[in-house]
Amino acid sequence: MLLLILKRIGLGLITLFIVSLITFVGVEVLPGDACTTYLEREAYGAALDACIKRLGLDVPAYERYVDWASNVVRGDFGYSLSGEMPINEVLGPRVKNSLVLASVSILIGIPLAIVLGIITALWRDKLPDIMISTITIFSMTIPEFISATLLILIVAIWLGWLPGIVIIPSDATFYELLSNIILPVVAISMIMTAHMARMVRSSVIQVMASDYVQMAILKGVPYWKMVFRHVLPNALLPAINVVALTIAWLLGGVVVTEVVFNYPGLGRLVIESISNRDLPVVQALAIILASIYVGINLIADLMTLMLNPRLKSLQIRK
Amino acid sequence: MSEIIESIKNLSIGFNSQKGKQISILRNVSTNIKKGETVGIVGESGSGKSTLALAMMGYIKQGLFPLKGECLFKSEDLLKMSSRQLEKIRGRKIAMIPQNAGQALTPNLKIGYQIDEALRLHTDLNKTERDKKISELLNKVRLPSPETMAFRYPHELSGGQQQRVAVAMALAGKPDLLLLDEPTTGLDVTTQAHVLELLRFIAKDTGTSMIYVSHDLGAIAQVSDRIVVMYAGEIVLEGPARKILKEPIHPYTYGLLKSIPKLSLAGLPASMPGSQPQPGSINEGCSFYDRCNLATDHCKKNSPDLEHIKELDTNVRCFNHKELINQNNNLQTSITKKSNNSEEIEVLKLKDVSISYAKQKFFDQLLNKISDQNPTVKDINIDIKKGETIALVGESGSGKSTILKSIAGLLKTKDGQIKFENDRILSSDLKMRNPNDLRAIQLIFQNPDESLNPNHTVEQILSQPLKLYFNLSGEELKKNIIDLLKKVRLGEFYMSRYPRQLSGGEKQRVAVARAFAAKPDIILCDEVTSALDVSVQAAVLNLLQQLKEDLGTTYVFVSHDLAVVRAISDRVAVLYQGRLCEIGPSQNVYKFPSHPYTEVLLGAVLEPDPDIKPKLVAEDIVEEKPPEKGCSFQGRCPRKIGDICNLEVPPWQIGENGNAIRCHINIDELASLQQ
Repeated sequence: MLLLILKRIGLGLITLFIVSLITFVGVEVLPGDACTTYLEREAYGAALDACIKRLGLDVPAYERYVDWASNVVRGDFGYSLSGEMPINEVLGPRVKNSLVLASVSILIGIPLAIVLGIITALWRDKLPDIMISTITIFSMTIPEFISATLLILIVAIWLGWLPGIVIIPSDATFYELLSNIILPVVAISMIMTAHMARMVRSSVIQVMASDYVQMAILKGVPYWKMVFRHVLPNALLPAINVVALTIAWLLGGVVVTEVVFNYPGLGRLVIESISNRDLPVVQALAIILASIYVGINLIADLMTLMLNPRLKSLQIRK
Repeated sequence: MSEIIESIKNLSIGFNSQKGKQISILRNVSTNIKKGETVGIVGESGSGKSTLALAMMGYIKQGLFPLKGECLFKSEDLLKMSSRQLEKIRGRKIAMIPQNAGQALTPNLKIGYQIDEALRLHTDLNKTERDKKISELLNKVRLPSPETMAFRYPHELSGGQQQRVAVAMALAGKPDLLLLDEPTTGLDVTTQAHVLELLRFIAKDTGTSMIYVSHDLGAIAQVSDRIVVMYAGEIVLEGPARKILKEPIHPYTYGLLKSIPKLSLAGLPASMPGSQPQPGSINEGCSFYDRCNLATDHCKKNSPDLEHIKELDTNVRCFNHKELINQNNNLQTSITKKSNNSEEIEVLKLKDVSISYAKQKFFDQLLNKISDQNPTVKDINIDIKKGETIALVGESGSGKSTILKSIAGLLKTKDGQIKFENDRILSSDLKMRNPNDLRAIQLIFQNPDESLNPNHTVEQILSQPLKLYFNLSGEELKKNIIDLLKKVRLGEFYMSRYPRQLSGGEKQRVAVARAFAAKPDIILCDEVTSALDVSVQAAVLNLLQQLKEDLGTTYVFVSHDLAVVRAISDRVAVLYQGRLCEIGPSQNVYKFPSHPYTEVLLGAVLEPDPDIKPKLVAEDIVEEKPPEKGCSFQGRCPRKIGDICNLEVPPWQIGENGNAIRCHINIDELASLQQ
């Protein structure tokens, strides 16, 4: 078991190493370098030389990679060019904001998705299923920039209940944030919940049709007991990986929603740093997003392994 | 007359078709279950036997609903009860033992919990009493070390053990009636015989009534007091087990019994033409009309009622049943095969073949070799003569399919050689074989549902080998396809059909035709009849035999069913844990002396005759790996003589009958021990 965990972690690290190589090489082969893109029209003569010297662009690429990578390992991403400050200081509040948005959406969206999925499955083809399924299909198919804009129009402009865009400094406190993120959370949850509820529904339906559920019924197990004991643990297992991907997607920045609501999270930082050609920040973001995906998927795999007795004993036997 | 505990009255169950028509899959079924009685319900797939069994618990599968009639359990109608009331009856009064215990046990719950659940629901015992009861139950179904068994998950047990757990779970509520839905189908022969023996013991010990649903008349014969025969949703024959099996007076039952291959008879069983009608397709007349050789015009127009025959204590649904009375001597006949037309030319030789499933280590992979001291299949030496049918038999895990895959080139051998025609070595790698060798060896799989591409028509399926090996096209291709279909007795109009539009037997015929399309020298048959109904099985066996006689093909026939093997094979090789135990002409292998494992296998075969009881000579323990040293059968051998069996690989001995046996016991001694 331990060996397996170590193996998975090792694989994750290798993935990250490859991602870092690709982003570094990608930035390297783009025409121009950090200085020329940043200085733009002033990129000549003394200013350019000074910039190259300051950023250490005069040493060979592989040395710079080793240098950069070893700093990243220590948690130092270098300097942002546009903000003229350490990238860590740029990232810090953004990561925090994204975390807040993601965790609130997760806390609301995932339980809701599971409950809706179970309801639709148990009342399959009956009124609750038809109603909920219609709504979920709608919210799945409407693109988020439309649903987000509609939300602003209805809730913020017509009704005037909530602020339409988030106008807070990027280092606002948690409580300041909370009142501002209701609409973004709703916009995100609509899509996320709909997707997951469909997943849970089909998984529950599949398990309900299994021999062991029929056996439980014929054994005289009362309905709800059967649902909680025999159906759900087996139906929700495959959902873990989908939940993990959703969480990673949320943490990685929900770009469109953040842009529509002007929310200072990671997603918008990606857009901003790309349009500002702030290459060191882009590199840093690539690594961070990759780590989030790798990390969350690792956790999901391990959870599946722990919860599924079949896989668990298989591993032990090996 | 003893008390009736469940009574089914005029029950019909059906569904609404897409056109809004009501289609019944169970029609006017009435029967009574008495206290302490075991009733066998027998029928082929689609006869409605499982639907009937589930209805006896008040359970109707999704999509179906009762059309009329009632299921009276102690004079209360189960079909009218609320789910709350049913929960009180299911598991407590009527309990179910499912077909496939592996899938019927909830995978995330320990088996102790699952038994405890039944106890909590249906008894008033407290925690300590329940724990004690769980051990007791596990002990009763003869599971090893009941204390630790309770803490294991279903997937950690073997198939036979899972089935025993299901029995223990059903017994937990001390039910009055036990429903068994194909409880031994899918188990190995020896395991099946043991589970049946256990069930018989439990019925006697607890006085529980049992309903035993199965397609297998052999199993039904062993347990039932009374037999109900179902056909196309109706009861066609019902009566005391002995009468039904020995003097079947319904033409369907008669044909069914004749189509079962029997150990005592060499030669092929007679087959019944046609197949069961689809639900909803019978409008008037007898449902068996199409397949019946006694049918008259009267049968076409009028459907017979269930008629009580007093002297036989039997109910029968047939106008012409009198013609079958006193015909029972004919049951023991079979079609004799043409004498072995194999020539003395060896077409395929397996020399010291070993096959391993062990994962290759990295360096071995580089050097392309397999290092495994204890391979799954070891030391296989078989010479196969042109035109013969050689059967490989053994239980699951005996390596019989593995050997087949190796011959086909789907699995690499570890050691040894496979020689084809004039001692030419066939590469163990499929990619290295030349096209002609690939053509010469064809494979027919167990399950035609999976081996035929569902998106291809029969024409496309059959044209592929013809195009690949013979470059046929146009008219010539079409002519060849029609010829092939004719060979397997299918009409030209089948060309445009898709596999899903064919019945199981027709699908397997298409698979047979596909194999013959390549004009092969050798056909490898992997359990080709085990997914088929008995009457269809007989037809496929007859077809294979006919084709062989016409074309001189050689068959390597893999099966776990000793009676089927007896019917079709010229020579038999018995395998245990990937090692050969015995090999010889089939009439001799089925005679003494036999290898102790062959003896065990033969003893466990269930015959559709209440007078022939299986002999259980060895435990049905499952061994996961072949032993590293000594005889492969040492772990279960009832005739083990001592350390020599554990340490030394037994020598081959040739009996006077010509069968070779690998055993440490002297062959003459073995013969006297077994007589």
